[in-house]
Parts: sequence; structure tokens; C-alpha cells
Amino acid sequence: MATVSYKDACRVYPGADHPAVNNLNLDIGDGEFMVLVGPSGCGKSTSLRMLAGLEEVNSGQIMIGERDVTDLPPKDRDIAMVFQNYALYPHMTVADNMGFALKMAGVPKADRDKRVQEAAKLLGLEEFLSRKPKALSGGQRQRVAMGRAIVRQPQVFLMDEPLSNLDAKLRVSTRTQIAALQTRLGVTTVYVTHDQVEAMTMGDRVAVMKDGILQQVDSPLTLYDAPDNLFVAGFIGSPAMNLMTGSIVDGGVKIGDYTMPVARDVLAKAEGEDQLIVGIRPENFVVAEQGISLDVDVVEELGADGYIYGSLAGLPADEKLTAQQIVARVSARKPPQRGSVVRLNAADPSSVHIFSKKTELRIS
Amino acid sequence: MPRFLASRPDSRLIPLPWQTPLAQWPVENLVALPRGISRHVVRFIKVGSSVYAAKEVIEHLAMHEYQMLTNLHRLDTPAVEPLAVVTDRVAEDGEPLDPILITRHLEFSLPYRSLFDHGVRPDTVTRLVDAMVVLLARLHLVGFVWGDVSLSNVLFRRDAGEFAAYLVDAETAEMHEELTDGQRENDLQVASVNLYGEFCDLEAGGMLDPSLHPMALVDSIMVRYHELWAELTGVEEFPGSEVARIENRVRRLNAMGFDVAEMDLQTTPDGSHIRIQPKVVDAGHHSRLLLRLTGLDTEENQARRLLNDMMTFRWRTGQQHVDEAVVAHQWLTECFQPVVNAVPAELRGKRDAAQIFHEVLDYRWYQAQRESREVPLMEAAEGYINDVLRSLPDERRNLTMVPPHPDERQLANPFDPSQGFADDEDGPPPVDPWEAEADDAADAGVLDIAALRAKAKGHSA
Repeated sequence: MATVSYKDACRVYPGADHPAVNNLNLDIGDGEFMVLVGPSGCGKSTSLRMLAGLEEVNSGQIMIGERDVTDLPPKDRDIAMVFQNYALYPHMTVADNMGFALKMAGVPKADRDKRVQEAAKLLGLEEFLSRKPKALSGGQRQRVAMGRAIVRQPQVFLMDEPLSNLDAKLRVSTRTQIAALQTRLGVTTVYVTHDQVEAMTMGDRVAVMKDGILQQVDSPLTLYDAPDNLFVAGFIGSPAMNLMTGSIVDGGVKIGDYTMPVARDVLAKAEGEDQLIVGIRPENFVVAEQGISLDVDVVEELGADGYIYGSLAGLPADEKLTAQQIVARVSARKPPQRGSVVRLNAADPSSVHIFSKKTELRIS
Repeated sequence: MPRFLASRPDSRLIPLPWQTPLAQWPVENLVALPRGISRHVVRFIKVGSSVYAAKEVIEHLAMHEYQMLTNLHRLDTPAVEPLAVVTDRVAEDGEPLDPILITRHLEFSLPYRSLFDHGVRPDTVTRLVDAMVVLLARLHLVGFVWGDVSLSNVLFRRDAGEFAAYLVDAETAEMHEELTDGQRENDLQVASVNLYGEFCDLEAGGMLDPSLHPMALVDSIMVRYHELWAELTGVEEFPGSEVARIENRVRRLNAMGFDVAEMDLQTTPDGSHIRIQPKVVDAGHHSRLLLRLTGLDTEENQARRLLNDMMTFRWRTGQQHVDEAVVAHQWLTECFQPVVNAVPAELRGKRDAAQIFHEVLDYRWYQAQRESREVPLMEAAEGYINDVLRSLPDERRNLTMVPPHPDERQLANPFDPSQGFADDEDGPPPVDPWEAEADDAADAGVLDIAALRAKAKGHSA
């Protein structure tokens, strides 16, 4: 068991004009499940590979526990890349398929058998140990692959988009299984994904990255409820948070013909700016007497809830085409009609997020 | 309607049963060729008179692998040739199906399992490992990190007395400008774990010669790779008086089958020492030379053997001062082609032409030793065809498979070795506590924030 720390870690590819990973500082607790998430090219995989020893660290440091592993070869870091090797060997039993790497490492047979037995118990594979892999299902094969990493008892598990080659159904069940297994094992885990839903449902904490820079690292709920900046606000959540630009007026921010009230101390933080960005999640909108007025373009009913999609009312036709879409969750019992105009307001002032347009940082 | 992504469209692909999951394709579309194990569904399919390999895999992996194989092909690195990706497949019940990646079946190729099925001499195993190491070093030279290095992901072709290895699976691969030591080390690490597993599996199946030990084989991979890499890329420094060492380095690399396209050469400020490092080395030194001289496209060691025979021919016919292109043409028409033409059409699927010529030369050498006389080439060819070639299995496609040995095990599914053997124990599947829970899985694409809040509350309570 161990902590993992990135200290000002940088990776610059030869010839690139900006670092793939830029001064990353991240402390991962002992036994924590940390998910790195972000769009393609954000540096999440590179960060993982720096920890694995597959990418050079051009400056800064990486520590596992008290050890500086920055310049250690991959095999000396006591980490396991899970799911690196899926191939199951047809002549060998499931137990041998799980334990052969221990044999290679010279672990005595009694110890090997014990570790395989324990891992199989955790993975629900005890009944399969003496069988050949022939009859295993796709999910069971995956678990044998997980077992291979578990029996090695590494200090850290690394997983790089492990679910990306599974179909949707298996992806959801494996997601739950990996998270449950990690909790039981308590082994520090760094997990990379581009899928924010995966990140939010699996991680103890989630590190959001963009353009090589760590944007925010927090528990999933904090990321959701208090995003530090515009990028995190837009990236986390589905459907995404509505981010509306408005002008600063006395007492609030004017969006269309409505002034969204904003506390004075918040407005004071935006000194010298004319405009601010107001963020409200679709489920934090309510249809009200007063509020932002919306031309409803599409109504989508999904069981008890529905979503309405539209744009600010009163825009000239040519602007309407390019106008930002606003999404709100509404009750499906009496949803607004397509083509109607509704007024939307925030259900509660704490669900209104205010961002500086200039710095893109949260000021509320 | 399936869509076909291909650099060269092949209309014969269109009528195939794309609406059927690959695992359920009718037998008349399939060919049971020996191959390695795989985690995806892989089948050899008949397309007109050609045989292609088809792999069913999710879209981004199919596209990625197609791209990677295309890159390798462009860089002239030994890999199977990608032909197409078939996307937008829909089953008859309307369910979408994963795309299929199609590659050309490599003629005369041998998956390691089919080599081992018929018993393998210990030194052959060493040669397979050597071929694997050369392939890995060549991939690393072009900036290709493989990820899933294993015998199952390689095809072997006979190459004179050696083997040449071809990459088959590029799913986990990445291309970089240049590889870091860590990336190469990791490939080696993966290679040793995977090959260890594969050798243990052969051992468990009774197919590995008892004199061979998986661990020793795997250790030799490490040693050989590091030796080769050091020769290919290492810095050498020596006194300025030993300039000949530059030439020596180039010759050593040539002998290993590599050409030096660019050498970095530095002298110390006082000019007393020279430092050299090969910057760009290309494999295929002999095969390129042979191709230029004769138009024959062969493996590297075959080319070396043929070139040596050409040199002997030149010397024997007293043409040392004649232009080598002229000699090459004479050798081709007077030696190579007559031997190849002597092979009856029905035996030509057993070995490729260059391999046959190489084996005839070997046959002649042994016959000459035995009978203490000079054996004419055509006489040796005749003897080889009748004594050796006739009894060899067909390797072009292994279509006429040798009937299984009585104690050889039958595959559960002749089209898929990943499913194990027919005589493996069966019986009701054991209880799996995890699969029972898998069904109530939520929708993958939607973030259920209420569930997250409930979970967080549960933790703090």
C-alpha cells in the first residue's frame, strides 16, 4: 500500500510547442481510487504512463510512498497495469492462468496457491479454479485478467481506459465490479478514462485535466456542485451545465430580458468586467413567473422527467440559428409545448454558478 | 447497410453475411487454418479464391488497428496487410454488430501453435525467439510500441534456416516519433510475461521439448534484444587511429541484415577520438540487394543464401570482372528458375520458391558430403523434390492439413483455438456470483447524480 505524488511533473514531447503534462501536482492517498479524466489529448494517459515509467519525466518528481521513482524502470516500481494481458492459455487451468506470473517471479508454490485462492474468492471465481478457461464468459475472462494483477500484490494498480474495448452492457457491470473490488482490496488505484460518467461513478476523487493542466481535483460531488472553472463546469454532468453570458447590471447579471440576481460581494469580484457567465444545471431550473425566457424548440419526454431544449426568446432570426442551446429538466406530467415560450429560474440561489468571463474562474 | 473502409475496394466482400455475428458465420464461408489464440472472435474467411483474416472488434479499436497496420505497411515493417474495416453492421433482429477488420492471410505463414503441434526441435524454438526479437527491435526502430507482444500475435515464415516474424495484432500499439527506454522496457516486460505464459501453456499441453525451460527461453529474449539494440543504436568511441572501426560497424550491421542509412560521427575537439552512432538503420540489407539485382522478393536470410549462391556462380563461371547485374541475370535464368520450374505444380504450395531453392542447396550439400562428389544442381533438385518436398505438408495455406496425430488433441471448434479442446471437461457451469448481478446494470451514458448523492450520504452516515 502506498501514496502516490506527482510533484511539478512535466512531460514535453520533442518538437511540441506546449507540454503534454504541465507541472502536475497531485497527491493520491493510500488506498484511494483516483480517476484522471479529460478530453482526448488532455494529458491524462501521459500522466498515468509517467507513473508507470513508460514516459519520461522531463522535470519534477514522482513518488510512490517514500520512494522517488522518477527514474526507475517500470519493473522496479511495484505497480501493476491491470488488463494489460488478457490472453487465456487453453492448456492451463484458471488457477495457473492467474498465477503463472508469480511462478515466473519465483514465488514459492504454497504462497502462490494461497494468493490465487484469495484473489479468486474476491473475484467470485473460486468454483472455476480447477477448470480450463474454455467455457468462461467475456466478463469472467476479464476477471481472470484482473486476478493476474491482484495476485502480484502491487502497491498501485494502474488502469488505462480498461473498459474501452467492452460493449455497453459489460462496461456498466464491469465498472461497478472494479469499483467494488478496489474498495475491498484497498489498493491505491489510478484509473484513466475519457468518460466523465465512468469517472464520476467510480472515483473516490476525480482529477479533471485539459491541455496538460490539472483543472480541479475533488470528490465527484464537489466537482458537480462547485466546479472551479468553466471547463470543469461544462465537462462534468450530462446533459451539461447551461453556461449563459450576460451583462453585469445593478443587482445581478442580465440574460435576455431578465436580471438574474447575484450577490453584491460576488459582483464585486468581477471588477473591471462587463460580462459574466452564469451556469445553471438543467435539473436546477424550474418553470416560474419570473426568469430567463426560452423559446422551446424540442421537448423530450423520458419517463417521469423530460427535457426541454431551446434558445433565449426574443432573439432576431439570424442570431437564433447560432444561439446557444439551453436545456432544462421539467416534469413530464405537464411539459411545456414545442413552440411556446417559458420562463426559467433557478430552483435555489446556491445552484447558480457565476464565472468570470475573463479568467474563466468561479467567483460565486 | 454495412460500410466498407478500404484503400483498395474489393467487390467480392459485399455479398458476405455481414448481418451475422462472425462467430455464427456459415461453415462454407470459413477456412480452418491454424492460428493463435485471441480474445476477440477471429475467423479465416474465403473471399473468392483468396483467404482473409476477419476480426470482430469494437469500432475505435478496429479503426486504430487498421491505421497502425497501414503505417507499418508504409514503413515496410513486417506485419499483416490491412484490407478493410466493415462498419455499420446490423443483425437481422436490428441489433447493431461490432465492425470487422479484414487483413490478408499471409501466405506460407505459420502460427507458433501449428509449428508446435507437430513437435519442434529445441533449436527451432530458439530460432523462433530470435525472429521475435528481431521483429521487436525493428518495430522499436520505427517508433512503434506494441503493447501486447506475444507469440500468438506473430506469424512466422520460413527464412532459409531461420524464421522471419510478422506482426499480426496491433490493437494495443502506438506510433511515436521516438520511443523512450521505458516504453521499450515495458514492451520487453510484456513480452517476457506473455511468452512465459505461452511456453508454460505449451508445456502443460505436452508440446514443449522437456529439455527447454520457459524461464530460460524468456531470459534469452532479454539478452538477445539488448545485444541487438546495442549493435543497432549504441554509441562507440575509439582513438582516431582506428578509423577502420567505422567500416567494421557497418559491416557487422550488414551481416545482421541491416543497412545504415545515416551515421552520426563526431570527433573530439583535439581530433584524438571518434564517436559514432548509427542514426537510421533499415532492415532488409540482403533482401533489398537481391530485389534490385533479380526482382526476387524474399525474406532476409533467404536473400543472403541466394546472394551467396550467386557469388559462387560468379566465381565458378570466372566472371569476377563482369558487372554484377549481368551475373545476376545469368544466375536467375540458369540456376534459380530451372530449379523452381522443375517443381511440379501440385507441390508448389508446400514452400515458397526461395525457400525451395534454399532447401535444394542444403540437399545438394549433404548429398555431396555423403557421396564425396560434386552434385549438379538439377540432379539435387530432382532428388529434393522426390525425397523431401513430396512428403512435406502444404504451407501456402495449410489447406491440406495433415491428418491429426492419434494422440494430438482435437479443438472444440476447428475455427477457433481460443475455445480449447474437445476433450476438456465439460459439465454444468459453476456458480458465478458476479454474473447474476450483472443484469440490473444502469444506462452507461447517463450520470445518475441522485445515486451518487445517496452513495455519498451512505458513506458519511
